[in-house]
Amino acid sequence: MTRFEGIRLFIVSVALLIIAAVPAQAQKLGPDGAPNPTASVTDQGTLLRQAPRIEGRIDIPDLKASVLEQPAGRTWDYFHEVLLHWGAAVVIAGTILLLGLAYLIIGRVRIAAGRSGHKILRFKAFERFSHWLTAISFVVLGLTGLNITFGKIVLLPLVGPDTFSDVAQAAKYVHNFTSFSFVAGLVLIAVIFFKDNFPAHVDIDWLKQGGGFIRNKHAPAERFNLGEKLVFWFSLAAGVAVSASGFLLLFPFYGTDIPQMQLAQVVHAVVAILFIALILAHIYIGTLGMEGAFEAMSTGEVDLNWAKEHHDLWLARQLKEHHRDEPAATPAE
Amino acid sequence: MARMKFLCDADRCIECNACVTACKNENEVPWGINRRRVVTINDGKPGERSVSMACMHCTDAPCAAVCPVTCIYPTEDGIVLHNKDLCIGCGYCFYACPFGAPQYPKVGNFGSRGKMDKCTYCAGGGGSEAAGSAEEFAKYGSNRFGEGKLPLCAEMCSTKSLLAGDSDVIAQIYKERVLKRGYGSGAWGWMTAYREDIKV
Repeated sequence: MTRFEGIRLFIVSVALLIIAAVPAQAQKLGPDGAPNPTASVTDQGTLLRQAPRIEGRIDIPDLKASVLEQPAGRTWDYFHEVLLHWGAAVVIAGTILLLGLAYLIIGRVRIAAGRSGHKILRFKAFERFSHWLTAISFVVLGLTGLNITFGKIVLLPLVGPDTFSDVAQAAKYVHNFTSFSFVAGLVLIAVIFFKDNFPAHVDIDWLKQGGGFIRNKHAPAERFNLGEKLVFWFSLAAGVAVSASGFLLLFPFYGTDIPQMQLAQVVHAVVAILFIALILAHIYIGTLGMEGAFEAMSTGEVDLNWAKEHHDLWLARQLKEHHRDEPAATPAE
Repeated sequence: MARMKFLCDADRCIECNACVTACKNENEVPWGINRRRVVTINDGKPGERSVSMACMHCTDAPCAAVCPVTCIYPTEDGIVLHNKDLCIGCGYCFYACPFGAPQYPKVGNFGSRGKMDKCTYCAGGGGSEAAGSAEEFAKYGSNRFGEGKLPLCAEMCSTKSLLAGDSDVIAQIYKERVLKRGYGSGAWGWMTAYREDIKV
């Protein structure tokens, strides 16, 4: 017996042993010795207790049709129509309410020393472009996405079913295509601002000093303070999550099945709602909430006094580099 | 008021797929779409059963609940119809459907879905087209129901495994069968679709 034959004999005997060990699903017999069809059949209740869905074999080429039953569809329906509607409404309305309260209690954070009249460049043109590419995409995606969930409650009664359907159809395509510019912007932002958003020791100081919200305390910060860093990292994480789940939904059945698409939709919706809440806060602090902040992203230049109050370490470094670049020619101011 | 349902007596289904063919032919369903299909459980093993499945026309239909443009609705006979003029092809009804009934012709880029198509219980469409008109037929298929007939899949089932009709009537037929022959593997999908089973 050659070695190869020995191995083959071994495999065959192991296979036979396994077959013998598994109790055969024998046809069960009734008391009269005849086959009992009820005893041999597995009813759907038992099948559904064994696995969340019942699958079998089909003759048509559409293999995904081999799932006979997936009661999880009703669970997803409950998530979408009850949990998501209420959860999203509470989170978004709650965020707006909290920001309104913040405005009433803290008010607009002014530049304490007033405007100096001198400007310093904070964001270069390409950095601003990346920000606004992402920002505009985000708003478009947010509105068209909310339309899928809340449109039938908010917009449908106002415009009627025909107009609403046209709007929703257009919104679906806009949502699908804008996803690409959002991802492009997200990648640019991630690459450009990555190194300035690394956590540092000064962040702890910044937090101890009340993050700039306590008037008589100075919170030190580099180019980005801890709050901005958190917005960066949370946005990056949420952006990756919504993009990944979104692309899975954009290509149905490309490597996913129904439960995975249901899960992807849940992740997409939940993360998107939290992302919207985060960005609402980001928009508030960048516009209404703080004097002198918006111009950083519009013209790119901020007032020197604003920079001194919010990003002192960054300003100092900028001024030092500025002076090194132009030695002696211009006398120190 | 009648409550129209499907019931597949799996102990009678011989997996001949005539219901699938009848449906495609009667409704001239486009390529790639099967409103009805036959799934075989435990294929080749003892206890093998085949079940013919399509839209079950659920009670509290989850597809209708999740539709973002509310184009799916139940008729007074409990048949779940949809309006293709309003459908935006988002695919949500497919995620929600416990029976994999909604399907979409592939149009355009990526996985873009066209207007949803599913079993209409041979009752035409849920749109504005006149009942029995050529426009209705082109979009939704046959309107046998308007002529007082039941869906063709059930009507031409050779073993009378697939039953269509009023809930009480078909449940009674199934009960009598089970009592007479002494066994039955249950009304497949009824618990999920109608939240009730047929107690024998």
